[in-house]
Amino acid sequence: MPKREWLAVLAAVIALAVVLPACNALPAGSPLHVSNFTLNLFGKFLTYAILALGLDLLWGYAGVLSLGHGVFFGLGAYAMGMHLMLEIGTKSVYQTALPDFMVWNRVTALPLFWRPFYSAWFTLLAIVVVPALAALVFGFLAFRSRVRGVYFSIITQALALSAWLVFNRNEMNLGGTNGLADFKTILGFSLSAPATQRGLYVVTVLALAAAYVLCRWITRSRAGKVLVAIRDSETRVLFSGYSPVQYKLFVFVVSAVLAGVAGALYAPQVGIITPAKIGVLPSIEMVVWVAAGGRGTLVGAMLGAFGVNWIQSWLTTSYPDLWLLFLGALFMGVVLFIPDGVVGVAARLAQRLPRWPAALRHREMPGSEAATRTPTP
Amino acid sequence: MIRALALVLFVAWLTAPAVSHAAAPAADVERALADLAGADADRRDAAVATLGGTGDPKWLAFLGALRDGNVYARKVGGKVEILVGGARSTKGDQDLIEIKAPYDGAALGVVPVAGLSEVAADRRLRIAIKPFLEADETRVQLKDPDPGVRRGAAIRLGNQADPAKVAVIEEALAGEHDRWVRHALLEALALTQLASTDAGVRTAAAHALGGLHSLSATAALVRLAGEASVSAGERAAAAAAIKKIERWTILTTAVETAFQGASLASILLLMALGLAIVFGIMGVINMAHGELMALGAYATFVVQNVFRERWPQYFDAYFLVALPVSFLVAALVGVVLERGVIRRLYGRPLETLLLTWGASLIIQQGLRLWFGAANVDVASPSWLSGGVAVMAGLTLPWNRVFIMALAAVSVAAMYWLLFRTGAGLRIRAVTQNRPMSACLGVRAGRVDALTFALGAGLAGLAGCALTQIGNVGPSLGQNYIVDSFMVVVTGGVGKLAGTILAAAGIGGLNKGIEPALGAVFAKVAILVAVMLFLQRRPAGLFAARGRNAEA
Repeated sequence: MPKREWLAVLAAVIALAVVLPACNALPAGSPLHVSNFTLNLFGKFLTYAILALGLDLLWGYAGVLSLGHGVFFGLGAYAMGMHLMLEIGTKSVYQTALPDFMVWNRVTALPLFWRPFYSAWFTLLAIVVVPALAALVFGFLAFRSRVRGVYFSIITQALALSAWLVFNRNEMNLGGTNGLADFKTILGFSLSAPATQRGLYVVTVLALAAAYVLCRWITRSRAGKVLVAIRDSETRVLFSGYSPVQYKLFVFVVSAVLAGVAGALYAPQVGIITPAKIGVLPSIEMVVWVAAGGRGTLVGAMLGAFGVNWIQSWLTTSYPDLWLLFLGALFMGVVLFIPDGVVGVAARLAQRLPRWPAALRHREMPGSEAATRTPTP
Repeated sequence: MIRALALVLFVAWLTAPAVSHAAAPAADVERALADLAGADADRRDAAVATLGGTGDPKWLAFLGALRDGNVYARKVGGKVEILVGGARSTKGDQDLIEIKAPYDGAALGVVPVAGLSEVAADRRLRIAIKPFLEADETRVQLKDPDPGVRRGAAIRLGNQADPAKVAVIEEALAGEHDRWVRHALLEALALTQLASTDAGVRTAAAHALGGLHSLSATAALVRLAGEASVSAGERAAAAAAIKKIERWTILTTAVETAFQGASLASILLLMALGLAIVFGIMGVINMAHGELMALGAYATFVVQNVFRERWPQYFDAYFLVALPVSFLVAALVGVVLERGVIRRLYGRPLETLLLTWGASLIIQQGLRLWFGAANVDVASPSWLSGGVAVMAGLTLPWNRVFIMALAAVSVAAMYWLLFRTGAGLRIRAVTQNRPMSACLGVRAGRVDALTFALGAGLAGLAGCALTQIGNVGPSLGQNYIVDSFMVVVTGGVGKLAGTILAAAGIGGLNKGIEPALGAVFAKVAILVAVMLFLQRRPAGLFAARGRNAEA
């Protein structure tokens, strides 16, 4: 990455991870005060931004549209949730070592697959490995048999539906429809304490920054070029001697891991994870974040995740009936009128304004780089 | 005919004494009427028993009126007179009521309500009346012209297994010609006889029940087979009957599963047909397909309401009107979608997918705002309720049979349209090579609009059919859409036959494994099966080949 971009990332991290929490720590009367609620909301949006980065890598760069990313998000979130459930221990309503919902369901012993989640290290590992493995198996089967385009999208949508159905079942011992909730502590810190939430928020910002750097590194690498080539003409890539399957599988796994990490950060901040987060609708909503922000540009994906969710949290509280109409209109409008998203529109506008300072006008726009960038060492 | 006539005469002769006995109110009937107006609950009960015991339909009608609180008493010259109320009216500030004689219903004029006192039917009295009216109801129902009603009454008799009813059953059996009613009556008779005190009768009844494959007798037979106080022969007879019934049950279950599989397959086919045509011809994945189905379902709902309000006498015909209406409504919305927005995105299937998903959200939310979020109630026309009995213990519901027929007709119509008409020729030409067809004068845009309208219309038709078997709500489409996509993906886009085969395969497989895995895991298993299937055939059963294949 060029130095300028490093600086931009650093500035963003400082603004989000230092300034905002500092504002949060100010007394409530101060004009610069940021409430706990807002900070928490931002934390949630930032986890979505991590997921959107992965989705953009997959769709915007490799041209593979997944309508099942909610599943990977859910796997990460459930892994974290299981650890948090076990951390509650005997402080639960029924004061048994078992999570409450198991007591309701008359489960007497902790299921075997829950046990390793007592360990925080194992949980951290699972957050990465479980979505990665799921994506590896699913992606291998799909890409190997050259399921592509809309076929792949539909298969992933079916995956989301099946996962939703399965996670809803009580006999899976994952809390059924109610999911996992009522977390008390994380690594011993109380989740209801504002300081813990602030800490989680900072971790989220750092994770997002790391995810951005990772994605940027991938897109700038040779592999990234191959991904874009696959998006533009898979057959030609194949005939040039590359195996698209491996590249697609790689990027699918990376994006699933990012989704898993996002989910793992989501669960403790929001305090609940239910199957409703992994179904067909949430999975496809994630796609519209990327589309609205501007696919093929990493900044766009993050902005989209942030912006759409901000609008959602405003609309669903003020005008709940309008949210789905807005979402539908957003899908249609973005696809019809601004296929390159808000960032694309901004880039075009910037190019049209001749009297802007040269530095601004020629600022690197990630969206236009594939076409206009000259190679830099 | 002569036999029937003889039977009627015989029955008339049998019942004649009772009728003649009740024709003129005898002393005990008179006393019973007087008791009814009294306050003594025991005597009131006895009075009901006296009146009901006559078995005379006219007294039973009187008891019905009594239960409904429509019987009045008035004092005429120190004597209490019991009357049945009729139509009420008002004249000036006076409420008037028509009064009739209790037995024959002879009109006795119109009097002020104020001069009468109601003979209240309290809970106890109603309970006393109930068995008489029910017994009578059963008897009337056994003579009903509708075989379904007769059969229902026979089944109820079997459940009661009241030895006192043997005569009633035998009488009905003698005049019955319908196969399934006869079956139910024989079953009721045997069930009643199974409760008999005579060991010989019981053994014969057990044999009979085995021969009838009576599933409802299993519990009683099991009890008999395990009874220590009866003879070994009788127990053996019961055990043999149970075995026979069990074997029969296996057979009926198998047939039923096959039928359910075929039914699900035809539902999937109806839904996937429109989807497959649009996908095959235009390469458009229409995510709003489910919502077009919901539109069809709501169109059916509206047509139903219009009929209920305007032409209630033709209510049963509403469904025949709703079929084309739902097709047209969905097709119209489809054309608007296609000409309005989808047209701009040709050759970009992923974008189209997102676009149609957005449209689906808008339609869905629109339906929710317009009709409410709750499910609406769509009544089945009478000719689609009930079912056809094909074998003992197995009735196929008419609505399912109808959907299978509708799917078959739709497929046939589709084949005819595609391969026997000019429009079909143009559709196929555009499918095979869009630019070349356009060069040769086929108006590809119009063909697209037509195709999309057709696909959307089929969705509407599917939605209309779905009202007969499931809930109608704004999210109706969501429940089925992924399944129909599975069918399209498995079937491939090359030929209609692929869709048909895929629907049959997925429907059959789903219902086949559902008993073992449960509905949810069966669905998951289907997904796994589709994934594995795509390993061998990535583009479905019938893929586009050669030049048409995706480059």
